[in-house]
Amino acid sequence: MASKSGTAKASFERHGLTDEQLVQMLRTMLMHRRLEGRGFELNRQGKIPFASAGEGHEAVQAGAAMAFVRGKDILVPYYRDLGLDVGIGLSPLEVLLSLFARAADHSGGRQFPHHYASRKLGLYSISSVLAAQLPHAVGAAYAIKYRKEAGRAVLTTTGDGATSEGEFHESMNFAAVHKLPIVFLCENNEWAISTPLAKQMANPNIVDRAAGYGMPGKQVNGFDPIACYAAVKEAMDRARSGGGPTLIEAKCYRFLAHTTDDDDRTYRSREEVAERRKDDPVPNFERFLVERGVLTAEGLEDLKRSVLAEANEATDRAEAMPYPAPSDLYTNVYADTHQPWR
Amino acid sequence: MAKTDTKAKSLDRHGLTDEQLRQIFRNMLLQRQLDNRGFQLNRQGKVPFALGSEGHEALQAGAAMAFNRGKDILAPYYRDLGLALGIGLTPYEIMLSIFARADDHNGGRQFPNHYSSKAAGLMSFSSILAAHIPHAVGAAYAMKYRGESGRAVLVTCGDGTTSEGEWHESMNFAAVHKLPLVMLVENNEWAISTPLEKQMAQPEIWKRAAGYGMPGKRFNGFDPIETYATVKEAMDRARSGGGPTIVEGTCYRFLAHSTDDNDMTYRTKEVVAEARKHDPVPAFEHLLIESGVISEADVAAMKKDVLRETNDATDKAEAVPYPKPSDLYTHLYEGAWQPWQ
Amino acid sequence: MAVTAGSKVLNNVEAVRETLYEAMKNDDRTVILGEDVGARGNVFLITKDFINEFGPERVIDTPIAEASIVGIAIGMAMEGLRPIAEIQFADFIYPAFNQIVGEAAKTRYRSNGEYTCPLVIRTPYGGGVRGALSHSVSIEALFYHVPGLKIVAPAFPADVKGLLNAAIDDPDPVLFLEHKKTYRLIKGEVPEGHYTIPLGKANVLKEGKQLTVVSYGLYVHWALEAAKKLEDEGMSVEVIDLRSIRPMDKTAILNSVEKTRKLLIIHEDNKFGGIGAEISAMVAEEALFSLDGPIRRLCAPDVPAMGYAEPLEHEYMSSPEKMADAMRELVRF
Repeated sequence: MASKSGTAKASFERHGLTDEQLVQMLRTMLMHRRLEGRGFELNRQGKIPFASAGEGHEAVQAGAAMAFVRGKDILVPYYRDLGLDVGIGLSPLEVLLSLFARAADHSGGRQFPHHYASRKLGLYSISSVLAAQLPHAVGAAYAIKYRKEAGRAVLTTTGDGATSEGEFHESMNFAAVHKLPIVFLCENNEWAISTPLAKQMANPNIVDRAAGYGMPGKQVNGFDPIACYAAVKEAMDRARSGGGPTLIEAKCYRFLAHTTDDDDRTYRSREEVAERRKDDPVPNFERFLVERGVLTAEGLEDLKRSVLAEANEATDRAEAMPYPAPSDLYTNVYADTHQPWR
Repeated sequence: MAKTDTKAKSLDRHGLTDEQLRQIFRNMLLQRQLDNRGFQLNRQGKVPFALGSEGHEALQAGAAMAFNRGKDILAPYYRDLGLALGIGLTPYEIMLSIFARADDHNGGRQFPNHYSSKAAGLMSFSSILAAHIPHAVGAAYAMKYRGESGRAVLVTCGDGTTSEGEWHESMNFAAVHKLPLVMLVENNEWAISTPLEKQMAQPEIWKRAAGYGMPGKRFNGFDPIETYATVKEAMDRARSGGGPTIVEGTCYRFLAHSTDDNDMTYRTKEVVAEARKHDPVPAFEHLLIESGVISEADVAAMKKDVLRETNDATDKAEAVPYPKPSDLYTHLYEGAWQPWQ
Repeated sequence: MAVTAGSKVLNNVEAVRETLYEAMKNDDRTVILGEDVGARGNVFLITKDFINEFGPERVIDTPIAEASIVGIAIGMAMEGLRPIAEIQFADFIYPAFNQIVGEAAKTRYRSNGEYTCPLVIRTPYGGGVRGALSHSVSIEALFYHVPGLKIVAPAFPADVKGLLNAAIDDPDPVLFLEHKKTYRLIKGEVPEGHYTIPLGKANVLKEGKQLTVVSYGLYVHWALEAAKKLEDEGMSVEVIDLRSIRPMDKTAILNSVEKTRKLLIIHEDNKFGGIGAEISAMVAEEALFSLDGPIRRLCAPDVPAMGYAEPLEHEYMSSPEKMADAMRELVRF
């Protein structure tokens, strides 16, 4: 894909994104969907006990990832951020190693799937406990500011449910007091497992909380990857140049159940989901790029084929790798070998 | 005593009678007297600890007037002497708490100023900031669940507490369930030594209400009538199914945090002196005299009476015995207990 | 299995569900609050359809905010309701630590009895279900140190019902621990109707002469399996299910130890500072001269949690085989 910035048909607000970047965003979205589908397939085949998915989050994550500066910024994600993680450089093999809980996984097969971490990529280690990562993100941003590392910022994410946690509030407040280089990206998909937004909060616009903390807030269509890129880019640039934190709320939707262990038919109708699927950002963005001449129909097919090939190869490679050894249970509790009695 | 009367034409009294205005003023005087008594007793070596609410008198006396005794519930924090008095605690009960005597509601277990009285509708609370706010929300939920209209919960905290996660979780839950609750923030600008600008980037706490989807309002906490009017409006809304409100009263902490704190390590005499110029106690005295609600002679008599009541309460409480050593073991569970059975 | 008249066979999930259902039916002061307890009916379907029968005012889908789930339940209890709070997984209880330890456990005490906190906090705990670092922990040792709390960890459906009823009736806060792996694995006869089992009473599951084994939760079942195996080898092992962790049944343990003269404590939680440490100390204080061998503990290794990968979980968890080995060794001592 040549990097020619704009063909004859490309008359749309691209916020400085080149054709190549736009195609890269679509590839991240396609890979996101493919790898998550793979997790559910492997679960149904009985090969892995668990998978979760972020279908409906492809656009916001691919857009946000494009605003992340590799080698400089830090990402403190949550467990529904496969697309964001892949978008900042996590390989499909690394994703599959996590799904298969293999020894070569970054966490050595300790963590649940999708709890990626990669020190090299600036991707922080997280737990499954909601909002627990936000203070860590704030601490990292404090360190960046303290060391006067201009041009760096932290991107941290949550779903809508995690914004009810006390740690969300404490983190937002501290980041605002210290004008830290951090962007809080809330991926509002309207569902916290089975709890709908109306039971989660009285005011469904999370962005409205920003003013209370004294920081800017921005709401964006989370199905539009370019708009998400632009919003996150603007906020990250502000953070990187000393302008302090921002809260961004991206409105999206969770198309699948919470995880392979969840049956969402118990709490929402098929009709509701089908209705929202009409706005599925993945085919929409495919169509958009083809219509605008950024990508040919043939190019799109090639892209999909290469994504599938890469996902298949990663699956085979990861599956062939060994589990951690039983003795690996005892490593990395402390810096040294340990015994509680001395 | 409902003669809304006299030369007091200039006073926007929000329906408060002369009697109620005098009652608010007396509460303010008593508050200050009792606060000082705690500090005096500490300096005399008679009690190990006291803390004061000087600067909060107007706010607390005004808010207490909006509380319906026998119906509403108060979930206060530890700087709420005036509120506790205003809803019916006696100076004697206050002194029992300061002296940690056996007859204290808590049996001398809690720090001073951690009052509780089931009879008064005053919920027991700990020293842990914001820990009581979910309890207030739970109590409000119980009222709503039982369909007890005409009741509401008044919950209070300082500005520092609004940084706690439980504050946020509580506001959010109260808004989701439209609970009969008023969150009264007594913003005195200091959290022990931490000034407001280190506590929050945006100093108007009431503005957070919009984010939760509930009304918010700010008022001058040095003005007991404005306080009363604001809290009353919010409590009335809560009592009639209109849901929660955040009301923020601006005031100032004139004293150190407690007898164990030296505020001159983190703020200057000049700053405090400047704030003292707006001391609500003499200001309200002046206003009531000027408006003809009370005469100078009545003020003098009232002050004498407040001092006498404080002295009586002090003497009486001091004479009460401490709890017995064996009282350490009671009221852990219902009935006698041993971890091993 | 043959079912006794007036009983039915339930698994542990069904026993919790039935007990909660009856509590909701019998007392309209009872409310359930937690994450996904409403339309989803709890992640293990324990409260499935409750919201339809009892309404959203009594089956409260809370925002994701554990400190306030417990804190609001405390306020409800102080104001006369009988809340049953749920923490979706025990691993998520840490944000509520202050509300449980600093508030619920102290409410009665700090108000000198004027306010009380009759509250049940239910939570699924334990491993062996590929729950990884954040869906598998045991939390009992973090809480059993705390006066003012009561802690229950039943293993059998009939005990689940009797103890959960007792917890709901109890005038003080009770932490009710439900082992996830036993939820559907363990079935048993459960008497119909309302009954309680007193907190603090252990159950001697199997009598024996040569060794006392004390355990609770999932491991009770495995210990029983191991003890029966040893029976075939001619060894006689007594198995005690603690059922309650605070208060704990001293009489049952001492009676048994004085008979068998040997003690093995088995738990899934790690050893250092665990429940076994307290039992060991108590027996050393009260029955040292009845012992014919060292007190032994078979517990999880000193690591923060079991990993997700199967070998890591397997290494962390004990097994009937490992338990049988430990029993044999101590019998032969």
